[in-house]
Amino acid sequence: MSFSMTRMRAAGLAAALGLAAVLAVPAQAAEHGPELKELDWSFSGPFGMYDRAQLQRGYQVYKTICANCHSMNLMSYRNLGEPGGPEFSEGDVKTLASQAQVTDGPNDQGDMFKRPGRPSDRFVAPFANPQMARAANGGALPPDLSVMAKAREGGPDYIYSLLTGYGEKPDDMQMAPGMHYNEAFPGHQIAMLPPLADGVVPYTDDTPKTLDNYAKDVAAFLMWTAEPKLEERHKLGTRVMVFLFVFAIIMYLAKKAVWKGKHHKAI
Amino acid sequence: MAHQSTYQPSSKLGAWFDERLPIPRMVHGQFIDFPTPRNLNYWWTFGGILVFCLAVQIVTGIVLAMHYVASPDHAFNSVEAIMRDVNWGWFLRYTHAVGASMFFIAVYIHAFRGLYYGSYKAPREVLWMLGVLILLLMITTAFMGYSLVWGQMSFWAVTVITNLFSSLDMLVPGLGTTLVQWIWGGYAVGGPTLNRLFALHYLLPFVIAGVVLLHIWALHIPGNGNPAGIDVRLKSDSLPFHPYYTIKDGFALVVFLLLFAGFVFYAPNYLGHPDNYVPANPLQTPPHIVPEWYFLPFYAILRAIPNKLIGVAALFGAIAILFFVPWLDRSKVRSTTYRPVFKWFFWLFVADCLMLGYLGSQMPEGIYVLLSRLGAIYYFAFFLVVMPVVGMFEKPKQLPGSITEAVLGKEAAAKAEASA
Repeated sequence: MSFSMTRMRAAGLAAALGLAAVLAVPAQAAEHGPELKELDWSFSGPFGMYDRAQLQRGYQVYKTICANCHSMNLMSYRNLGEPGGPEFSEGDVKTLASQAQVTDGPNDQGDMFKRPGRPSDRFVAPFANPQMARAANGGALPPDLSVMAKAREGGPDYIYSLLTGYGEKPDDMQMAPGMHYNEAFPGHQIAMLPPLADGVVPYTDDTPKTLDNYAKDVAAFLMWTAEPKLEERHKLGTRVMVFLFVFAIIMYLAKKAVWKGKHHKAI
Repeated sequence: MAHQSTYQPSSKLGAWFDERLPIPRMVHGQFIDFPTPRNLNYWWTFGGILVFCLAVQIVTGIVLAMHYVASPDHAFNSVEAIMRDVNWGWFLRYTHAVGASMFFIAVYIHAFRGLYYGSYKAPREVLWMLGVLILLLMITTAFMGYSLVWGQMSFWAVTVITNLFSSLDMLVPGLGTTLVQWIWGGYAVGGPTLNRLFALHYLLPFVIAGVVLLHIWALHIPGNGNPAGIDVRLKSDSLPFHPYYTIKDGFALVVFLLLFAGFVFYAPNYLGHPDNYVPANPLQTPPHIVPEWYFLPFYAILRAIPNKLIGVAALFGAIAILFFVPWLDRSKVRSTTYRPVFKWFFWLFVADCLMLGYLGSQMPEGIYVLLSRLGAIYYFAFFLVVMPVVGMFEKPKQLPGSITEAVLGKEAAAKAEASA
């Protein structure tokens, strides 16, 4: 009797807590964009971690292609060597940073000057200001990519779908001037030129240099820039969940022991 | 407080202190041997869970405030700096953001429990009203906190909600506009607005904590209600709070923490909106402005009504009406378990709130508008028609003679009655 009562109550509680999920669904379902291609990412799921080699390749794609138009203001070169990311070696990070020309100053004469980048510098933006970015891109502003993977429904799936979503427009569709058809972009008209093609980015490992791989790798890289503490979060999560689960069992047994004979008819 | 403490100081120092400031006596009386009905089910554990939620929000919030910059130019990036460069910053920020949702899950369950078991009825009317006041403060605080991120959804939520006050122009020309500009501290949502939202977001949790103390005080005068809805009468009707309810509340809290941690570690952004990772842009309206999930039912009520002023009145009315529940419900029986007719209307009300929540997330078009209107009508009818009318005509089921009888059966109750 008491056992089934407890079970019923536990079921009720679980149902109540499930309310959260039920309530959360509509907020997500609200915006039905175009269908996205769903990939099996190494970082998805509770134990998911980034694939270092993939992040390093993704950085290569970002650096060679995306960074020509898109800023990434929240990232510093030092991040490229930090745990839980691409984990470039200290030497590599210094080299990658020094390839950028950073505006520093003013110096003792009051002048701004250029110098090679250091690991502590932020990623150098391709344009000095949004107006210049627009002027160079036919009036469209290439958005900052730092948190892009969290700023769109679908995250990395969206980025992958977008990058692989260019194609011929349907015959009956009217395109605005300067726009390109993309099946993943809301409204299907995007100002960005198809950025990737087979072979345009050199890879240092033997991964095939295909558009599909570029898209995957850069999407994973952008997921890392948006969520650089994901690995730390997943690792801590496992420990916390195991602790809480064991703690819950102990509490349940303690509760049962304390309440023995107090709340059912067998007095 | 109603319950007299049986505190016995165990040391000379304890006795010395107790004579001068009887805090140990108060704690002992109110939180250790406080007589608590023995039949409380797990729905009663959410009070303790809510205290925990408030503490989590205050502690994480204070640390976040040490790193946050309340300026339109820096707010968004300062939040991202917390996520990236502050030690444990991602954990603090996700706990605070998810914590708000957890707080609302718990408070809604707590409030529905109060509605189901008639916890608002005499002598607990003031207790209930303080609870409604806490809910109102929570809504205000959560809204302000969400705005601080200064993403697109933050910015446009502030714009939409503050603009609601401009509907007062329909009453007195110019009144609404003046009021809105006063709230903004300018002619548009901007720096001064963000600064005052931050100041108030830091202040209000402490106001909530104060009202929570009053809420607990008001609870400890009559003592807890209970699922049977009858008063504690026999000695065997109650058990001391400690260890019986400390252990039970503790177990429930750990289970709640499993859900909480599940969101924080594995789906920290699931309850949020991607648009809020886009920095605020006053020149670009998002295609679909939606509030956080916990406001969706109220948002649906607002949008259900074509007239802006009446819509705003309905929005505020949906909360305000809760203050009058103790007098709207005419039934003498507290617990819905013993109310065969009201029970149906109660569950229909729960379903109605869930439906309104869903509708609040959808575009206001087609069938959704009609359903929102029906949902809003039932929301108010539940309080204004069902509560008074059903109470007058319903024939309640037989109540148990005592809590002891409800829990331990008639035999044990008879023994307890005889020894009383």
